[in-house]
Amino acid sequence: MSNYKAHIMICSGTSCKASESENILEAFREEIEGHDGKFKVLKTGCFGFCAQGPIVKIYPDNVYYVKVKPEDVKEIVEKHLIKGEKVERLLYEDPKDRVKLVVHDEMEFYQKQYRIALRNCGFINPENIEEYIAFSGYEALGKVLTEMTPQDVVKIVKDSGLRGRGGGGFLTGLKWELAMKSPGTEKYIICNADEGDPGAFMDRSILEGDPHSVLEAMAIGGYAIGANKGIFYIRAEYPLAIERLKIAIRQAENEGLLGKNIFNSGFDFTIEIKLGAGAFVCGEETALIHSMEGLRGEPTKKPPFPSESGYKGMPTSVNNVETYANICPIILKGSKWFSSIGAENSKGTKVFALAGKVNNVGLVEVPMGTTLREIIFEIGGGITDGKKFKAVQTGGPSGGVITEADLDTPIDYESLKAIGSMMGSGGMIVMDEDNDMVEIAKFYLDFTQDESCGKCTPCRIGTKRMYEILERLTNLEGDMDDLQKLKDLGNMIKDTALCGLGQTAPNPVLSTMRYFPQEYEAYAKREKTKSYRIDAEKCIGCTACIRVCPVNCITGKVKEAHIIDESACIACGACFTACKFGAIIKP
Amino acid sequence: MYYTVLELTQENVEGGRNLKNAKGKFVDLDTKKLDREKIDELDEYIDSLEDQKGSLIHILHKGQSLFGYLPENLQIYISRKIDIPAAKVNGVVSFYSFFTQEPRGKHTISICMGTACFVNGSDKIFNELKRELNVENNKMTEDGLFTLKDIRCVGACGLAPVVMVDDQVYGHVKVSDVSEIIKKYREED
Repeated sequence: MSNYKAHIMICSGTSCKASESENILEAFREEIEGHDGKFKVLKTGCFGFCAQGPIVKIYPDNVYYVKVKPEDVKEIVEKHLIKGEKVERLLYEDPKDRVKLVVHDEMEFYQKQYRIALRNCGFINPENIEEYIAFSGYEALGKVLTEMTPQDVVKIVKDSGLRGRGGGGFLTGLKWELAMKSPGTEKYIICNADEGDPGAFMDRSILEGDPHSVLEAMAIGGYAIGANKGIFYIRAEYPLAIERLKIAIRQAENEGLLGKNIFNSGFDFTIEIKLGAGAFVCGEETALIHSMEGLRGEPTKKPPFPSESGYKGMPTSVNNVETYANICPIILKGSKWFSSIGAENSKGTKVFALAGKVNNVGLVEVPMGTTLREIIFEIGGGITDGKKFKAVQTGGPSGGVITEADLDTPIDYESLKAIGSMMGSGGMIVMDEDNDMVEIAKFYLDFTQDESCGKCTPCRIGTKRMYEILERLTNLEGDMDDLQKLKDLGNMIKDTALCGLGQTAPNPVLSTMRYFPQEYEAYAKREKTKSYRIDAEKCIGCTACIRVCPVNCITGKVKEAHIIDESACIACGACFTACKFGAIIKP
Repeated sequence: MYYTVLELTQENVEGGRNLKNAKGKFVDLDTKKLDREKIDELDEYIDSLEDQKGSLIHILHKGQSLFGYLPENLQIYISRKIDIPAAKVNGVVSFYSFFTQEPRGKHTISICMGTACFVNGSDKIFNELKRELNVENNKMTEDGLFTLKDIRCVGACGLAPVVMVDDQVYGHVKVSDVSEIIKKYREED
């Protein structure tokens, strides 16, 4: 790094790429051309602070520019890189005291975070293996292959208390131990990168920002269980992550870190990529294995567990991306170090994709035991537009809502379950006072009934019937009996469905019914209307709503109260947002 | 999907009218009608694979990228090529949401229906898109210009709600922006 006067690091995660980070990169390349290689432009993985993207970081000054546009590049180069002055207007402004912050560590968004799985994201170029190696990359694999037996590896992972980060929370070391002890000469180790929870992007960011950390951990896992073949199962919807993985595998093979006789230890290990094709149920390990075999991704009954009979009928261990991302630090720093972080029965950290109605949308990694309030109001910077917090959903379509009353619950596998939700893979969606909880429950159920594979009756027909009841309620055609039916059906599906998808599918409905019964009752008693209305007392006749209505269903003269034609209203809410006088009544 | 086999008269077979699907649409099973060049490329890909039967999903990905979609006659072709019953191939095609059996419009308009976008009102944008394009989800507009599709999380949650037209991402979309976005692509043609 010493050859360059400054490094310009540009986030190239999906979110920043969507907002022109490629053009910014190009603009920097053009702009610095005449400066005899004094500066170097680098693509890095996700910095996590997606709400402020695209993000550009300048090293060694450690200056963090936010919401950069291609046209700002010239100013950054001329002012910052050449004259050494900071471009004030592009610095992050603390929303509380309006102070401009230069270094990212000072931001509340980063202060409470502790990065293990995301340790390299945003610091290294994911397409360059040398940068990974410079940050202790492949040291753990070297240590394992030259100094440790498979039993040692299993023991250290088991002692660390690391649990599966895909949602199940099964002890990783135990999973490896079972696969290690299963007899068989041919075994497989699989990485589950079929991140299907809508609104979650932790795994993708790790793969895009630090692919080698997962490859290295897979090789370690392979050595521990006795597998010479690793398979990556990844969604076809993640083209950038797939591309970076391919590059990483090729580089590791060229360096002899994958392939035959790694570190002269006699251990062979290769990694192959298999693509998914869009099926949420494939996150379930038996379904995932069937999908890898080219079949419909339908789950099967356990036992037999994959550790006895998995891919091609051989002992197999399936672990999640984030789980793997924790392995190398555990090997290098020891199980005691890892188990000193976090809560009683949930060790280490967890990455959450914080999104929805929260100011600082992004990727956050916090020690287990951090409270939801800290995540949403300190790291997340509170609710957008100063609205009131209503609920937060964890665990995606399998989880439930958590309300104000439980915000001080420390995050760990058990305590989230106790309040009717679950850890899940790490999606965390914040909802404000405007969100209709019945609609939210309907949204999740629409998702799960659409993704139900159809193999078992409770899930195939049960979720469909639940969805129909919700549809009836929101169309104001239901009654109070429907609420009881919904509850009974939900509990029955929970008890009888074949796999995790079905067993957890009713959770969003049951938990919103538990915390927001009045909203369900309002629909059942038909107290709601389908369209928006105008409060004639408050309306001053400014015509703002008339101008934004996409179906022209609002009429009225200037300075006279307007009227919404309820039969034509599509309930888009545009008028509600446009009205500055609170005169629009929501359905 | 259920199929009805029609009478195998010469007229029906030659006209590709030997099967009718559950929706009453005629299904053409004639694999000779497939584009030869694309088939050659697909063959080359399939021949390069070690475990062909286990790679059905990869073969279908390749087929869809070549042909744009997976028509019935292509599924028959693949089934014969790697010796798997056509019903199994169709079972896999219809199982995964990434695969489509219907032709796509020139542009694909995708609306993100991930949770972050949903709580920020993407359902309203979806309705407006359906209204503006006069088309249902996963269908092509009459002029063949657009296919409307709901997708699960693009991962640009910081920009919610998100609409994608082909690879171009539009963030923080409002209901009132919809006609503007579509207009741009209509004018190009």
